[in-house]
Amino acid sequence: MAEYMILIYEQEKPYQDMDAAEGRQILDSHMRFIGQISELGGTLVAGNPLESSATATTIRSDVVTDGPFTETKEVLGGYYLIQARDLDQALEIAKLCPAPYGGVEVRPIRDLSGG
Amino acid sequence: MGNGVVPSAGTSAPDPEPSEEVRAAVAQAHRREWALVLAATVRVARDIDLSEECVQDAYVAALAAWTRTGVPDNPAAWLTTSARRKALDALRRGKTLRAKLPLLIEPAGDPQPPAEGADVIEDDRLRLVFTCCHPALSREAQVALGLRLICGLTTAEIAAAFLVPEATMAARVTRAKKKISAARIAYRVPRPGELPERLDAVLTVIHLLFTTGHTAPAGASLVRVELVERAIELARMMATLMPDEPEVRGLLALMILNDARRATRTDEEGRILLLSEQDRSRWDRAAIAEGAALAQEAMRGIARGRFGIQAAIAAVHAQAASYEQTDWRLLLGLYDQLVRAWPSPVVELNRAVAVAMLDGPEAGLADIARLEADDKLGSYRYLPSAKADLLRRAGRYADAAASYEAAIRLTQNEAERSFLTARLAEMRSQAGSA
Repeated sequence: MAEYMILIYEQEKPYQDMDAAEGRQILDSHMRFIGQISELGGTLVAGNPLESSATATTIRSDVVTDGPFTETKEVLGGYYLIQARDLDQALEIAKLCPAPYGGVEVRPIRDLSGG
Repeated sequence: MGNGVVPSAGTSAPDPEPSEEVRAAVAQAHRREWALVLAATVRVARDIDLSEECVQDAYVAALAAWTRTGVPDNPAAWLTTSARRKALDALRRGKTLRAKLPLLIEPAGDPQPPAEGADVIEDDRLRLVFTCCHPALSREAQVALGLRLICGLTTAEIAAAFLVPEATMAARVTRAKKKISAARIAYRVPRPGELPERLDAVLTVIHLLFTTGHTAPAGASLVRVELVERAIELARMMATLMPDEPEVRGLLALMILNDARRATRTDEEGRILLLSEQDRSRWDRAAIAEGAALAQEAMRGIARGRFGIQAAIAAVHAQAASYEQTDWRLLLGLYDQLVRAWPSPVVELNRAVAVAMLDGPEAGLADIARLEADDKLGSYRYLPSAKADLLRRAGRYADAAASYEAAIRLTQNEAERSFLTARLAEMRSQAGSA
């Protein structure tokens, strides 16, 4: 098994504008997704939503600035760390990850164990 | 011919100069058996980079060995044995760096380990093909890896074919290989459910090789024969490995039929000749017969694919006695099928040309006007040239000249440019005398 990070990049505005019922629907879709990870043979290692990019602080060569690393329309809004057999399985799982206002990026975790 | 002696390690005698016969045998084995030998080596070494090096070494070693012992009866088996031995030796010597990036090989389903030598399971080549054309790799990377790993072309040869610096191509190949191991792209044939999409990616890569060779997008000559031949060989290999896939046959048929006209597509000065101007007596009749038969097989089922239908279209053209005697009604029906199977403005443009042949240039121009309004074909270099040709046939020379000018701005191929420039001059003189 290998580990993959599923990075969720989405527009933030729809999340700021949505009402409680819509918010609950999004949450439910994530709960369903977490169930689907193991149904598809993967394992959930970790997963969290992030606070909005307005709360981000960037540090470059010790200079601290307000704001995210790059200003883009779609920002990193959350992540899942999963275990999967290979890239195909990871992609099969990631295709189900809710990201109605953007998309997800799948990145393999680099193995530093040297084995 | 020799007796197929297996390569022996550590011979110390000086290598005799290889004969023409041996050189030719090695070159032929390189062309025909590279994918087989590499795939069989990857199976035991589980490392693409290492296997590639060892297969290369095996071909070099074959020159000397076959000069001493004669060309073996089964060159592929000899080369595989030699490459596998080199790979296993290297692994035993403990190249720990390589061991960190093992290839992800799924069990092939047959319990026996492959014995040394010729008994290669054909699936090995398919694994190689599907891995090179994995959708997680960019199209550019798929093409480069395919030529490098499946065809055995050197990075310099691939760079030359695509007119990019060798360093750029080397970086592209290295990056792609790194992604295969780091992201764990499995070395396997797709499962039946994934097959249509994955096979389509493979066929698209082969077709891209062909079209790049058939009409080079830039540069001085129209055709790069090497790419065309490699693409056809690849499709032949795929048709042998997947005999039940109609689209594989369709692609093979399409390329054979288009290539059958190679000798007549330009004149002695390298200028482009249109289908209507080509000397049909010089078309390769044997190739057309083969391509037409394959196209028929590809069109047998109900679910006809885009390559099969395009092959059927090419077969209609190739079998027509002259441009005027072409069965345009049959073609229009095929284009209607193609628009359904593969909706694309490019297909609609070709359909408009068939409409023009059936119902006159103005009918075709009306269809083209609809396509122009759609804007999806904004920078498609064949739209203004197709339009210009219909305007020319309608006798609207000044409008035709404007379209030829637009077409010239969009092409980078010298042969196409000089063709369009000549047509433009003709239109201007016609418009002037009218």
